[in-house]
Amino acid sequence: MSMRNNKNSTQKMTIAESLRLTIQQEMERDKKVFCIGEDIGIKGGFGGAFTVTLGLSEQFGHERILDTPISETGIAGVAIGAALSGMRPIADVQYSDFLFCAMDQLVNQAAKLRFMSGGKLKVPMVMRAPGGATTRGSQHSQSLESYFLHVPGLKVVCPSTAYDAKGLLTSAIRDDSPVLFFEHKLLYGSKGNRAEKGSISPVGEVPLYDYTIPFGKAKIRKKGKDVTILGKLRSVYTALEASKTLDQHKISCEVIDPRTIVPFDSKLLFNSVKKTGRLVIVDECTKTGGWAGEISALVQENIFKYLKKPVVRVTAPDTPVPFAPKLENFFIPQAKDVVKEVLKLF
Amino acid sequence: MNKKLLLSMHRKMLTIRLFEEKLNSLFLQGQIPGTLHLYNGQEACAVGVCENLSDKDWILSTHRPHGHAIAKGVSLQSMMAELFAKETGCCGGFGGSMHVGDINKGSVPAIAIVGGNIPIATGVALSFKMQKRKNVVCCFLGDGAINEGAFHEGVNMASIWGLPLIFVCENNLYGASTRIENMIGVEKLTDRLKGYGVKSFSVDGMDVTKVYTMINNLIKKIKSGQGPFFLECKTYRFVGHSRSDTNKYRQKSEEIFWKKKDPIIRIEKKLVKEKILDTLSIDKIYEEIKHELNQAVKFAKSSPHPKILNMKKYVYA
Ligand SMILES: Cc1ncc(C[n+]2csc(CCOP(=O)(O)OP(=O)(O)O)c2C)c(N)n1
Ligand SMILES: [Mg+2]
Repeated sequence: MSMRNNKNSTQKMTIAESLRLTIQQEMERDKKVFCIGEDIGIKGGFGGAFTVTLGLSEQFGHERILDTPISETGIAGVAIGAALSGMRPIADVQYSDFLFCAMDQLVNQAAKLRFMSGGKLKVPMVMRAPGGATTRGSQHSQSLESYFLHVPGLKVVCPSTAYDAKGLLTSAIRDDSPVLFFEHKLLYGSKGNRAEKGSISPVGEVPLYDYTIPFGKAKIRKKGKDVTILGKLRSVYTALEASKTLDQHKISCEVIDPRTIVPFDSKLLFNSVKKTGRLVIVDECTKTGGWAGEISALVQENIFKYLKKPVVRVTAPDTPVPFAPKLENFFIPQAKDVVKEVLKLF
Repeated sequence: MNKKLLLSMHRKMLTIRLFEEKLNSLFLQGQIPGTLHLYNGQEACAVGVCENLSDKDWILSTHRPHGHAIAKGVSLQSMMAELFAKETGCCGGFGGSMHVGDINKGSVPAIAIVGGNIPIATGVALSFKMQKRKNVVCCFLGDGAINEGAFHEGVNMASIWGLPLIFVCENNLYGASTRIENMIGVEKLTDRLKGYGVKSFSVDGMDVTKVYTMINNLIKKIKSGQGPFFLECKTYRFVGHSRSDTNKYRQKSEEIFWKKKDPIIRIEKKLVKEKILDTLSIDKIYEEIKHELNQAVKFAKSSPHPKILNMKKYVYA
């Protein structure tokens, strides 16, 4: 790739391109890094379900871009075993929905081996998982970040921009813990016939040089003073869209993107809520037992007296993801839903 | 094989083919949401199997379910309406392409988690046995599914309990872009079944009469107390894996080789040769099916959208 000639510069790219570049650079830097998953390196194939590993098997060969049978328990388990014994695998499940097939390995094994061994073992693996609703019905559309939030021992990462995707994936690969790396299907910006209908496709300047973004550092996407809106992945964009409408109502929104939900940057959130006194959490995960509820509890436990109004959750309802676009639009939190809830707070 | 049966199988295969051709063109025009996994080329498998089954025999299906559902008798109108995401669809617009089916026809709404349908089929067969129902279960699966843990657990349990179940494995050589032969440590995928004590067979999945006869025999064996069985149907998908796939991982020569075995052309040749049909009457059948499909599209388009109100209602029974 020509981009490697001038490593000091930046380049405009999509999240899919940013992730691909990251994997490429980390694999060049460290022989221990390899990719494992279904349809990731087949000649003439897809480069994974969303093109992230496209072309990498040509550069690194099929031993380091390792295509597997359709065996998610195996993919997760093999990644864990390799991680335990000196490698740094980046595993891929084509759709985050299939993480459920690998649940024992991820939850009972990856998350616990360090703890059960009294700190003697480490599992430096990344599990990449594309989520989000895109009219594919109940088994290919879920947002599952909240499930993994509930598992002590896993880190959970949720990039929403091309810049963050690179910095966070680099950190994830170098981290000694198992990391669940959630990507949103509508944010990839995949081109050509892999483009998703309804994509938001953030394109951003991405440094070609090596950099990391530390986990647990949130980002203020928009400064404001009247209400804090917290959202991750696609919901960051929903929040930003809502904030534009709310500007017209003379309500100034502070939009926060946590970037990682485990660990979570409570300090930045608390500072914002102390200032605004109002918090709305937007999330594509279903409501009950979800991330939004967890943050709500965290805020009321710690900074209750700063709250002018109860914390509000704008999430998906407690149902599976429906197929029909009309229902799916209802399922996914929309900017207008956020606007409606924010207006009620004033 | 009698004339009526051949004609029926021909019509069903053709219906599946034309249904999906229509569907694909509507999809490309942006009228159908979501994604599609087309069955084009594999029609003889679904039809050869389902022609042996009654509404009380059940099938379980995969992410590539249109052919299975139509062969099992799910109405074209309810299928088309489902794909248009309408309330009159076979799953009320809640399921979509990867989940079509109609339990009244013995077609369990399809399961799109590869291998996920396999232990469930074992459960259905167990329940048939417990209830002394004299029916059989056919579980469709792809070649790729045999590498899921769920396959191994489901097949083994069916075996130890001797269940009235046929695993119908449509070996189209690929799971998405991945060739099955590179993903198994045995020479033939049917070698796997020895390890579970399940008798396995292979059949030319491009010849509907052969699939039909094989399943017919296996059902007879099941009725005499044997089972389960595993049938490999050797087949090929003539199109991409899903909506955007252009098959760059396949050799053109391989595609040409298989296209020559087109199961519909094959049965039409047979029907003409045996003087059951002439080309004129075949054309007429095409027209009849196309008319039916246009009606189905009309029905789907004029149907109402599903109601948001029903979302909560369908979460719990
Ligand atoms: C558990 C699971 N893993 C991966 C997928 C993604 N996926 C959908 S179809 C498919 C290939 C299936 O191959 P095969 O079983 O041979 O069926 P075919 O597509 O050839 O009909 C894959 C990997 C899935 N749906 N479910
Ligand atoms: Mg296959």
